[in-house]
Amino acid sequence: MTDYLLLLLGMGLVTYLPRWLPLHYLSRRSLPEWFIQWLELIPAAILSALLLPALTLDGNPKYLDLLRPEFWVALPTFAFAWWTRSLGGTVVVGMLLFWLAEKVDPQWFAWMG
Amino acid sequence: MTPPSSAARSTTLKEGLNAGWPICLGYLPIGMAFGVLAQKAGLTPLQIGLMSTMVFAGSAQFIAVSMIAGGASALAIITTTFVVNLRHVLMSSALAVYLRAAHRGLLALYAYGVTDESFAVNLPRFNARTWSLPKALVVNHAANLTWFISTVAGGIGGRFIPERALGIDYALIAMFICLLIYQIRKLIHLLTAVVAGLTAVGLALMIPGNTYIVLASIAAATVGVIIQRTMMKRNPNHD
Repeated sequence: MTDYLLLLLGMGLVTYLPRWLPLHYLSRRSLPEWFIQWLELIPAAILSALLLPALTLDGNPKYLDLLRPEFWVALPTFAFAWWTRSLGGTVVVGMLLFWLAEKVDPQWFAWMG
Repeated sequence: MTPPSSAARSTTLKEGLNAGWPICLGYLPIGMAFGVLAQKAGLTPLQIGLMSTMVFAGSAQFIAVSMIAGGASALAIITTTFVVNLRHVLMSSALAVYLRAAHRGLLALYAYGVTDESFAVNLPRFNARTWSLPKALVVNHAANLTWFISTVAGGIGGRFIPERALGIDYALIAMFICLLIYQIRKLIHLLTAVVAGLTAVGLALMIPGNTYIVLASIAAATVGVIIQRTMMKRNPNHD
């Protein structure tokens, strides 16, 4: 258990410091204009960099698969979020569509060849 | 300074929970899945709860547990945790812009709960000037509490819960979809998001691990700033 606690202490420290140091130091300095512009683009960049691979990649090692329900359920979910701007609504609609998509049996589309 | 009234406190709590509930919903299945895996790797519910409290980092915890199961050294696990969580440097830097003159102790507490999810929920609200550090702290700690409870519950009885119930596995993805939409305020944000997404997919296919998140974000934001500044020089009246 002592070994485990030391492991957690190490993991906790290397998780906490990257979260804390920028908040502590950057919130007290005046930052150059270009850096503020850069930071202003970071949320859109990081959310997209988290999301798109999660929607389109599968397996380990990863491969591209655009037939995953995660990906094509995302298209109407994006549209719903765009028109309604409702976070709760988007979560519920996304879950519902994903739940339905998982019920779809690929066999139903066998006649399409 | 007078202490906040109980009415103001309950507004803070209510608004924080209103903003944070999709995170909590999304953490339930992931937390329980983590608990089940951790239990299979030989961790007790107490050990699981300690990790969810002392580390509080979803993907890093999953990786750590699989490394523990594989018999990796503590140093290897800690190093991997560091690399996996380095992306939070970018998030905390972006948040710092809105937290000038904030109380240092509260900032230190807030830093504990900076995750992909709480960042995505809190940042647009700070940006719209509708948010305060106490409300953001409610979001962070509601998420942390849900994470703690669901990971421990998964470790105790997760085997008995049906998988993939009600599409709940899609809750966090759907939340990120809407939060990304919130970030697209001008053409430059759309352009940055497209560059980031495509670069991330390309890099994820080429390099193992999750460094692609940081690399793609830095690359896309840099391209975005260069484009923005070039346009401004050419047409100073145009935003």
